[in-house]
Amino acid sequence: METLVFALLNGVIYGLLLFMLSSGLTLIFSMMGVLNFAHASFYMLGAYLAFTIMEGTSFWIALFLAPVLVGLVGMVVERYGLRRVHAQGHVAELLFTFGLAYLIDEVVKIFWGRTAVNYRVPELLDFPLFTLYGAQYPAYRIFILFVAAFMLVALWYLLKKTRAGLIIQAALTHPHMVGSLGHNVPLIFMSVFGVGCALAGLAGVIGGNYFVTDPAMAVQMGPIVFVVVVVGGLGSLEGAFVAAMLIGLLQTSAISINASLADIFGFLGLGPHTEVGEITIASMAPMLPFLLLVLILMIRPRGLMGEREV
Amino acid sequence: MSLDTTQEPMLQVSGLHAYYGKSHVLHGVDMQIMPGEVIALLGRNGVGRSTTAKAIMGEVAPQGSIRFRGQEIAGLPNHKIARMGLGYVPESRDIFPTMTVRQNLMLGIKNMRKPGRWSIEQMLEMFPNLARRADNAAGVLSGGEKQMLTMCRTLMGDPELIIIDEPTEGLAPLIVTQVGEMIAEIARAGVSILLVEQKLSIALKIADRVYVMGHGEIVYSGTPAEFATRDDIRKEWLEV
Repeated sequence: METLVFALLNGVIYGLLLFMLSSGLTLIFSMMGVLNFAHASFYMLGAYLAFTIMEGTSFWIALFLAPVLVGLVGMVVERYGLRRVHAQGHVAELLFTFGLAYLIDEVVKIFWGRTAVNYRVPELLDFPLFTLYGAQYPAYRIFILFVAAFMLVALWYLLKKTRAGLIIQAALTHPHMVGSLGHNVPLIFMSVFGVGCALAGLAGVIGGNYFVTDPAMAVQMGPIVFVVVVVGGLGSLEGAFVAAMLIGLLQTSAISINASLADIFGFLGLGPHTEVGEITIASMAPMLPFLLLVLILMIRPRGLMGEREV
Repeated sequence: MSLDTTQEPMLQVSGLHAYYGKSHVLHGVDMQIMPGEVIALLGRNGVGRSTTAKAIMGEVAPQGSIRFRGQEIAGLPNHKIARMGLGYVPESRDIFPTMTVRQNLMLGIKNMRKPGRWSIEQMLEMFPNLARRADNAAGVLSGGEKQMLTMCRTLMGDPELIIIDEPTEGLAPLIVTQVGEMIAEIARAGVSILLVEQKLSIALKIADRVYVMGHGEIVYSGTPAEFATRDDIRKEWLEV
C-alpha cells in the first residue's frame, strides 16, 4: 500500500511534468505538421536560465522570468527561422529543428559548462511537507504538482473558453480560412510557438532542480516527450494528457517494483538464478515508454486520441 | 439595382496573372466591381474562376494589379485584405467542425470592440435552421446549413465586398433556392458581391453584370439581359 501511494503521487507529478512539455510540443506539431526536435532543448534552456537568474535574484523571479525568456527565444526562432524554412517543406523544417537542438546544446555547454550545475530546490520549499507510512514527502514535489496543475487549468481555459483560444484552435486546423476572416495567422503561429517553448521552459525551471540540470537533460527527456505525443495522438492535447499520465504512472510504478521476472513468470518455469529471471521490473522501467510506443504504433497508429496517422 | 458609375470602383483587377507551380492559370484577368454591385463570374470548370477569387484574397500569389477602394492589395497577406473589408466564402466552405455554430459565427468577428452591421443573434434570427443548431458542433450540419453558416460567418466580419465561390455546389435544388435567396438578401443589405457560380439560373437572377471566363481570362462582360441574347458566348464558353 505504501509503495502504491508513493508511486501514484510521484507518477502524477512526473506525468504532469511530461504533459507540460508535451502540450507545447503537440500544439507546435499541429501548427507545423512536423515534430519539433528542439523542443526538449527549450526545456533545458529553461532550467539553465532559472539557475542563472536564481543566482542573481531568487527562485520566484526565475520561475516567472525564465519561461518568458525561453518563450521570447522561441518566438524569435519561429519568426526568423522556421517561418522562412517552412516554405521549403517538412523535411527542411525537420532538419532545421534537428540543427537547432544541437545548436542550443552547444550554446548551453559554452555558457554553463559540460557538467551539471548546482541548481537546487529553493530553501523555502526544501522541507518535508508530510509524513506518510513513516516516510517524509518533500514539499517541492507538491509544489511541482500545483504549478503543473495550474498550468493545465490555465491552458485548458485559454484554449477552450476564450475567443483567442478558439481562434488558435481554428488556425491550427484551417489557417487559410482563419486568415480570410481577418485574423493574423502568422502572429498566432509565432505566439503558439512562443507559448509552447515557454511551457517547456517552465517545465525546465521546476524540473531542473527536481532532476539534474546538465547538458544531457534534453537528450534524456526528448525521446520520452516524443513518446507521449505519439502515444497520445499527434496534435491532440487531450491525448497528450492521457499519455503523459499513463507514462508517468507506468514508469514510476515500475521503478518501485522490486519483483524480478522470475517472480512473475516463475510458474512458466523461469528460474530465479537465470540471466532472464534475475532481471527486475525496476530495471526495465526506462524501456517501458518505448515499449508502449512500439505497441501503439502497431495497434493504433494514430495514437490514443489523435486524428492523423504518424 | 441602379449604380452610380461615376463612383470609384470598389474592386479593380487589372492584368491579373497567377501560377500553380509552373502552370500558368490566369492570363491577365481584368474586371471591376462598383459599390453595391453584384457580379457573377461564370465559366466552365478549370478556367480559373476560383483561382481569380483566391488571387484577390491573397490565397494564391497574384501578379498584376488588384485595387480595393483605390488601394493596391496584390501581395498583401489574406488577413490584411480581409481587414480592409473583403470577405471570402471559399468553395470548400471550411467550417470549424468541432466548434459550435455560435462559436463559428463568433470567429467571423474581426474586432469584438467594434461590432459590425450583423450580430450573432440577428444571424440566428434570420436563419432558424442555424438557430436550432446554435449550440451543436458545426460538423453535423447538412451541406446547405454549412454553406449558410460559412456565409453568415463571413458577414460577421462586416465586409463591404464578399467573394462567394460556388455556393450551390453539391446542394439539393430546394437548398440551392434558399442559398440564392440568402445571397439576394446580402445584396439588399448593400454588400457588393462577386459570385463565382456555375448555375446560370441563380447567377443571372441575382447579378447586375456577368463576366465570362475562358482559358484564364475574361472573354465576355455584360448585363444579364445582354448576356441572354448571346447564345454564341453561352455555347462557346459555358456549355459542355
